[in-house]
Amino acid sequence: MQTSTTSPRSVLHAEQLCKTYVMGEVTVHALRNVDLSLSQGELLVLLGASGSGKSTLLNILGGLDVATSGRLIYGETDLSNADDRTLTNYRRQHIGFVFQFYNLVSSLTAMENVALVTDIARQPMSPREALTLVGLQDRLDHFPSQLSGGEQQRVAIARAIAKRPDVLLCDEPTGALDASTGRMVLAVLERVNRETGTTTAIITHNAAIGALGDTVVHMSSGEITQRTQNPQRARVEQIEW
Amino acid sequence: MLALNRKLARELWHLKSQLLSIALVVATGIMTVVTMRGSYEALVITQDRYYQQTRFADIWAPLRRAPETLLAQIVSLPGVAAADVRINFMATLDLEDLDAPATGRFMSLPETGRPLLNDIVVQRGRYIEPGETAAVLINEKFARARGLNPGDSIRAIINGRARELDIVGTAISPEHVYTMPPGSLMPDDTRFGILWMGQRALGAAFDMDGAFNEAFVRIEPGINPAQVIAGLNELLYPYGGFGAYPRRDQPSHSILQGELDQNRVMGTAIPAVFLGVAVFLLHLVLGRLISTQRGEIAVLKAFGYHNSEIAMHFLLFAIVAVLMGILVGVIGGVYLGQAYIGIYQTYFDLPGLDYRLQPGLLVLASAVSLLGACTGASSAVLKAVRLPPAEAMRPEPPANFRAGWLERTGINRLLPSSTRMILRNMERKPWQSLMSALGVAMSVAILVIGLFMFDSIRFLMDLQFRAIQREDVAISFYEHQADRVQHELWRLPGVTRVEPYRSIPVRLRHGHHHRDSVIQGLSADGELRRVIGASGIAQPIPAEGLLLSRLLAERLDVATGDTVTVEILEGRRQQREAMIAGVIDDYMGVSATMELTALQRLSGEGPFISGAYLSVSADDTSALYRDLKQMPAVSGVASPDEMLASFESEMAQGIFVSVGFLVGFAAVIAVGVIYNGARIALSERGRELASLRVMGFHRREVAILLLGEQALITLMAIPMGWLIGYGMAWLVVEGMQTDMFRIPYVINPWTWLFTALITVAAATASALAVRRRLDRFDLISVLKTRE
Repeated sequence: MQTSTTSPRSVLHAEQLCKTYVMGEVTVHALRNVDLSLSQGELLVLLGASGSGKSTLLNILGGLDVATSGRLIYGETDLSNADDRTLTNYRRQHIGFVFQFYNLVSSLTAMENVALVTDIARQPMSPREALTLVGLQDRLDHFPSQLSGGEQQRVAIARAIAKRPDVLLCDEPTGALDASTGRMVLAVLERVNRETGTTTAIITHNAAIGALGDTVVHMSSGEITQRTQNPQRARVEQIEW
Repeated sequence: MLALNRKLARELWHLKSQLLSIALVVATGIMTVVTMRGSYEALVITQDRYYQQTRFADIWAPLRRAPETLLAQIVSLPGVAAADVRINFMATLDLEDLDAPATGRFMSLPETGRPLLNDIVVQRGRYIEPGETAAVLINEKFARARGLNPGDSIRAIINGRARELDIVGTAISPEHVYTMPPGSLMPDDTRFGILWMGQRALGAAFDMDGAFNEAFVRIEPGINPAQVIAGLNELLYPYGGFGAYPRRDQPSHSILQGELDQNRVMGTAIPAVFLGVAVFLLHLVLGRLISTQRGEIAVLKAFGYHNSEIAMHFLLFAIVAVLMGILVGVIGGVYLGQAYIGIYQTYFDLPGLDYRLQPGLLVLASAVSLLGACTGASSAVLKAVRLPPAEAMRPEPPANFRAGWLERTGINRLLPSSTRMILRNMERKPWQSLMSALGVAMSVAILVIGLFMFDSIRFLMDLQFRAIQREDVAISFYEHQADRVQHELWRLPGVTRVEPYRSIPVRLRHGHHHRDSVIQGLSADGELRRVIGASGIAQPIPAEGLLLSRLLAERLDVATGDTVTVEILEGRRQQREAMIAGVIDDYMGVSATMELTALQRLSGEGPFISGAYLSVSADDTSALYRDLKQMPAVSGVASPDEMLASFESEMAQGIFVSVGFLVGFAAVIAVGVIYNGARIALSERGRELASLRVMGFHRREVAILLLGEQALITLMAIPMGWLIGYGMAWLVVEGMQTDMFRIPYVINPWTWLFTALITVAAATASALAVRRRLDRFDLISVLKTRE
């Protein structure tokens, strides 16, 4: 079991992140002075109600959005003021995304959807290997329209991990799924984290999922309100949905 | 309904650029209708009124000489409603500031009263007064081109004598709405004029007192002109009748009519293409709009909106686009129609020719556009109406892809995933892809057909003036002259070569077919005039027998080796037999050629010549022209070089304007199809593309995925458009074949390239506009929302 005594290497580090949107005459503070570190191999669960700022935080961590102020450091690189090209390369080489709505390319088969990423990654696993890891070795040549929701989400996970990302970011990965399918997807994410050592962050509004993580962070109104370290990660089947 | 209208207004605004591009397609269609059909109608009305007012004849009958008393017999021929006769001769004009002699067609007018048929309309000055011997009216175009005014005088060499004539007025005539010198292909107002003189004065000048050499008649309604022509030919035969011809062969009328026919066809075909494209685009855009609004439609239905209200809501998108198009099209069309008529006014002398917008035409064009647009929208709208609310509330299922031919053939394994995505998208909607390609192909085809016209005219001119007519000067005599006159020609300044020719009007008969033509006698070793077919290779002139144009041979139903009866329409009017020695695949006219001495033998009149082709050293041309003006026997002098030069300068201007319009037309279609296609692809696949961007694809890579399909469609469309254009050009060649000429089927390699380049440029511009949108994509918001 991991302990916090040896202070594992930090992969992604956010410092005093703020994000404000100006909407007409109203200024919305989506993030207020957030500090967060993701350590190598850590599974972090980010809990919060809708509008708490957790998606904004994830988008900034993943290079989809830029903070209004504060710093974001990946390894040795400061991404706080990176341009579009740098952020694209950052996503391309280091980050894997899983979304609530899968976002598969409908005109490509499961295998080809994964290949889309492995084609442009530096040291990817083979698409077959990635799909085997999520238990879809028998559905390689199916198009998204021929797959169930849970299967589509597992293709999305395979697509995200196939490039061997340094960080895997999942935004409500079970949000569109029923309980048993959701469990299956979480099990896959947990196993990938455990077996490949990929640093993983999962966003969810489902508090029960928090038990899965090494670290649980609660957010509300754009601020981190609570951080908990789980001495031991729960198993997926123990989770009450 | 107020809220629904507000929705309409907002969404119209949101879709503005797509609707605008469709409106532009509609506008171009309406514009062509309003311009071309509008001018067509204006021309037809003006032509009709003019012909009525001037009592334009139905049949013309040229002859050698007949006494005026014969008129009574012409009038009494069955089917003849009215008849008139006149004197009609060519003569050289001696214009001071012009080196080359100009030619005038002299025609007689009654001194008291006006011509019964083919009246003239005096533009400036006055009509002839009785007893005037030197008074002349000249045609308005010639007067303007030469800067001649009533009160000026003009010198003519009439029947070998120089005469000073007083211009008393200028006029136009229905016989010269379009004025071409004989044997020419285009107007030349500086060198060719029509001159009207009193009957007595002209009769005295040409030794035709109390006689005439041309009759024309108006036939009674419902009478077949062929019947009257047969009667006229029989009556005039003893007087040297050259064969009567109907109005459709009258040179000015046949050119005007050809132009009108072309306008009518183009004014229908081109708008139809645009309307077709607009219908397709509306179908595409509305179909997409409705599928993104499934939820909204369901909610409206749940609230109790009727199907008809929902249908009307979506139809209004189409209607607004079309109304915008109609507005722009009408304004542009009226403006363009006036410019178009302006061009006609410079070529055609039609009094009172003005562009007027015909309300009926406008209503018809608008109704057809609206109907077409609603038809295009209807299938999409029906889909919205038929959607049960409960089903509509659920999101649309993911696009259905299955293994297709790409997978079955195994080609997919060879392709990168980007290409696979593009191909599968097209494979999934083959119909839509095909229609898009067809739309773009129409833009290529419109360019091909337009540019082909110029290519073929240019080719024809080149062939005619650089390969066939190689003389520097062609001269013709009033009457045929003895062969020895060529020695005199040799003595003229700068002449380095003289090739005499003989031309004899004939009627060729074979079985029950007959055609009037002119046999041209050329010397077999001649170099200045040659017989050249479509292949561009000179055909040797055989020692005996006739070379016929293919068109003429077809009309007579003869082939090489057959024998035709040659009825000579002058002199002793002998009837001979001649063998067809060859058939020439040529473009101009229905010509018949023979070796010079063989023709002279055939005519039975000895070694006479009708004119000669000369080579002249350039320095001596002015001196030559000066001397030619003094030669009484010469009735016409023509220079192919000068004809070609004047033609080319006029043509260059025309090409510039026409190509500009064609490019505009083609671009409107290409932009309409490609822009809308790409916009729809963007809205259908926005999420897909955004997730690729999230995964680390660069903007350029994503743009390729989106625009690759449009690029492929454009590439497919180019050969399709070439093929369609090629076919349409062929139809034009076939359709415009007349007795006078046929259009060569020639398309330059540059034309193919140019049409492709313009279309690719228009497609690229549309793609770039959509790419800017793609670059501004908000990745997060796209991913957050379920479609």
